[in-house]
Amino acid sequence: MEHYKMNLTLRIWRQKNSETKGRFETYKIEDISSEMSFLEMMDVLNEKLIREGQEPVAFDHDCREGICGTCSMFINGRPHGPWHANTTCQLHMRAYQDGDTITVEPWRANAFPVLKDLIVDRSAFDRIIQAGGYISVNTGNAVEANSILVPKDQADSSFAAAACIGCGACVAACKNSSAMLFVSAKVSHLALLPQGYPERKTRALNMIAQMDKEGFGSCTNTQACESVCPKEISMTNIAKLNSEFILAGLSD
Amino acid sequence: MLDSKIPAGPLEQKWSEYKGHVKLVNPANKRKIEIIVVGTGLAGASAAASLAEMGYQVKTYCFHDSPRRAHSISAQGGINAAKNYQNDGDSVFRLFYDTVKGGDYRARESNVHRLSEVSANIIDQCVAQGVPFAREYGGLLSNRSFGGTQVQRTFYAAGQTGQQLLIGAYQALERQIALGNVTMYARHEMQELVLIDGKARGIIARNLVTGNLERHFGHTVLLCTGGYSNVYYLSTSGMGSNVTAAWKAHKQGACFANPCFTQIHPTCIPVSGEHQSKLTLMSESLRNDGRIWVPKKQNETRKPGEIPEEERDYYLERRYPAFGNLVPRDVASRAAKERCDAGYGVGTSRQAVYLDYAEAINRYGRIECNKNGIANPSPEIIRRHGMDVVKEKYGNLFNMYEKITGENPYEVPMRIYPAVHYTMGGLWVDYELMTTIPGLYCLGEANFSDHGANRLGASALMQGLADGYFVIPYTIGNYLSDEIRTKEIPTDHPAFEKAEKVVADRISQLKNIGGTKTVDHFHKRLGKIMWDKCGMARNANGLREAIVEIQQLKKDFYNDLKIPGEIYEMNPELDKASRVADFIELGELMCMDALNRNESCGGHFREEMQTEEGEAKRDDENFSYVAAWQFAGEHEWVLIKEPLEFEVAKPSQRSYK
Ligand SMILES: Cc1cc2nc3c(=O)[nH]c(=O)nc-3n(C[C@H](O)[C@H](O)[C@H](O)COP(=O)(O)OP(=O)(O)OC[C@H]3O[C@@H](n4cnc5c(N)ncnc54)[C@H](O)[C@@H]3O)c2cc1C
Ligand code: SF4
Ligand code: FES
Repeated sequence: MEHYKMNLTLRIWRQKNSETKGRFETYKIEDISSEMSFLEMMDVLNEKLIREGQEPVAFDHDCREGICGTCSMFINGRPHGPWHANTTCQLHMRAYQDGDTITVEPWRANAFPVLKDLIVDRSAFDRIIQAGGYISVNTGNAVEANSILVPKDQADSSFAAAACIGCGACVAACKNSSAMLFVSAKVSHLALLPQGYPERKTRALNMIAQMDKEGFGSCTNTQACESVCPKEISMTNIAKLNSEFILAGLSD
Repeated sequence: MLDSKIPAGPLEQKWSEYKGHVKLVNPANKRKIEIIVVGTGLAGASAAASLAEMGYQVKTYCFHDSPRRAHSISAQGGINAAKNYQNDGDSVFRLFYDTVKGGDYRARESNVHRLSEVSANIIDQCVAQGVPFAREYGGLLSNRSFGGTQVQRTFYAAGQTGQQLLIGAYQALERQIALGNVTMYARHEMQELVLIDGKARGIIARNLVTGNLERHFGHTVLLCTGGYSNVYYLSTSGMGSNVTAAWKAHKQGACFANPCFTQIHPTCIPVSGEHQSKLTLMSESLRNDGRIWVPKKQNETRKPGEIPEEERDYYLERRYPAFGNLVPRDVASRAAKERCDAGYGVGTSRQAVYLDYAEAINRYGRIECNKNGIANPSPEIIRRHGMDVVKEKYGNLFNMYEKITGENPYEVPMRIYPAVHYTMGGLWVDYELMTTIPGLYCLGEANFSDHGANRLGASALMQGLADGYFVIPYTIGNYLSDEIRTKEIPTDHPAFEKAEKVVADRISQLKNIGGTKTVDHFHKRLGKIMWDKCGMARNANGLREAIVEIQQLKKDFYNDLKIPGEIYEMNPELDKASRVADFIELGELMCMDALNRNESCGGHFREEMQTEEGEAKRDDENFSYVAAWQFAGEHEWVLIKEPLEFEVAKPSQRSYK
């Protein structure tokens, strides 16, 4: 891989807290290596801001390897930036060229209020899980693991849905701020397994009810969510959720 | 004197005997008892959910925005259990034996045996919760092997095992939150432990959104706050992982055990430059199928593909024919360092070795062609089929590698180098997981317990979940049964007031230094001292120097630190500063412990103590003990030894040849 250096212009959303209004600020930054990750570039900016007596940009991050779902930047109009199936923390600066301008915003959705700069509150996702995103089994209740057979293809589909990292990019990409991709991933993960089968109707109903209550919009099938999801969660899960939901409604 | 409270009787009966006689708390009383669980990774979430299911009132805390983000999420490779599904000779005893031996005979036999006993229950519990483990075509669970063992006992969910296990525990926890049995405080960081009459009775937590300090009471406190690898600045841990909760407990009297036992993982993506903020692990499971090599020629300049087979040195296979690429982590890491130090390293930095999948792709390709009845397949067809198999097993890891390095590991061998990954040391706990402070427990990576001087792969997830699901629910009753008469203590009690003031003063001290250097500046300096002098290889001189340097660093930190922003608002720089302040003190203790332990064992390699072939030389006569350090004032600690006795797994020189 050839490495190179670049100078960039950054337009970044600054907001003191959830009570105040935000605005864009522009920063120049020099000598960024193509080997850096996007967040390492932000680290360089922050070190510079602190040294100059300004406040650094607050952003959420932890694992920096694409699995915890904490990082959440809306970069040049796209959640997690330009790469396919990628999180912000996995984006590397070789995606950019010398002289580029990069605009960075937080997730925008009523259900995800901004806490500071690029940090939003995603606790609505936890409350959706509380509404039914589990299998009701206490510690000690379990039967011998291999007494439950799960056909491999079913186990694989369940796993593919369970790969969701709860980042919220799907919501940020959606013009309705719908959380359907997130909710459907959880419903599919559990409904596809024999262990999750018994509760599948109430689970779908309750999780959707909570989603509405949190102020997420409804799904109009624009598919923006699927195209930005870092874990390639498929829209077929939404179809599955709809059928679970109809089934649950009919039997009531 | 430390009382480890190991139950009497033969090893294999200790845990059942204990469970048969331990004191219980009746359901009506459980409802009146409040338990604080700090940390909601695998250990904390499993403990909090299980205790709430039993009827206790639980409060949980994490610094993340949600329990689902704990660092456990990034565990890749798998979780061990003695199920013997593969009929390859596994048993509770063998898992116990491998773990004690893998830990280089520096762990407690009784704890490790209990861990092996409950390992199978963990898999049952996780499957019941809906953890989508990998399966075979017949619908049964699949297994793979991991370093340091010769059986296939590792359960996995592609390269995302930690994620799936944590989501299982998280969902169980969220269910209890919905039922009102658990109150969750996310974006809260424990800053101090509150002691009343010598017992742990609560915590001071900082709300990371508002900066406010909060007082919380509990009849008992459980610390499940993870490991301290970030003392090295660069590690495979999440950026926020810290030692603060454990360290505050330590300074209030909890002994810190074996702090110098750190695990350096052999297969990580090498450092690419000064800007590096963290390191990424490539799961050990890759060593199942990948072959590790360096060129036979020093300072080789050819590309890996241009180096013919006979000019490659598969040094692990050469040095350790019995285990080959599957030797334990400490052995594999040191062997990589040895080759690079000798000038055989690859890549621009020369601090890397190759992990090569070409042969595995070929081997799997042939098998697939056979299965599919493809006669005389061309090399291209073999390769395609082989890539499909490798993709299914390791696809997400290969993707991760490509995203970071920009190189395609299906085409060129990966470059890897060891990195700090796990800390075996932690708060000292007895058999019941209680620290030396009555009523204060410690679970998961934060305690020192089961891995001795080196942890085997796929056993941290096992330990965290064992502690949370199957150990603490029993052992906690032994303490709480005597607490049923203790009423909730109001948080205007002087002890809470005092603890809160200590925290407030500490924070304003940091904020008011008004220096010129950022937190990261000091953290990087600390990391460099630790990596150079208390890293993969250590010696007495280097450790003595490190102690002096760290003491100086501490002075500089308190003179020249600069924290922007305000105290009473969201302020990530302030959060970092208070964590680094504790890492600096911990670093000094780690060096003292490493200096004291004049032997090589597991991940702790003292250069003075090696065999002629460069293997670690243990000294059982003088060091067969747990080093538990008691805080005695700034720069001062008292060493208390817990002798280790091996009745069943008799110590022998660890050999993987
Ligand atoms: C990249 C990687 C891969 C790994 N792969 C494997 C594997 O394949 N198999 C295996 O067995 N092990 C593996 N491990 C090790 C294993 O993941 C960890 O040891 C284990 O998950 C630790 O769990 P824990 O619950 O003890 O801590 P963590 O998961 O680290 O949780 C700590 C919790 O404490 C909270 N916390 C910390 N400090 C505070 C504070 N002061 N106040 C409030 N809350 C606090 C955090 O918010 C978090 O909720 C891996 C580790 C890494 C880094
Ligand atoms: S569905 Fe995809 S985009 Fe949405 S939260 Fe899950 S991982 Fe993120
Ligand atoms: S920081 Fe964990 S996914 Fe990006």
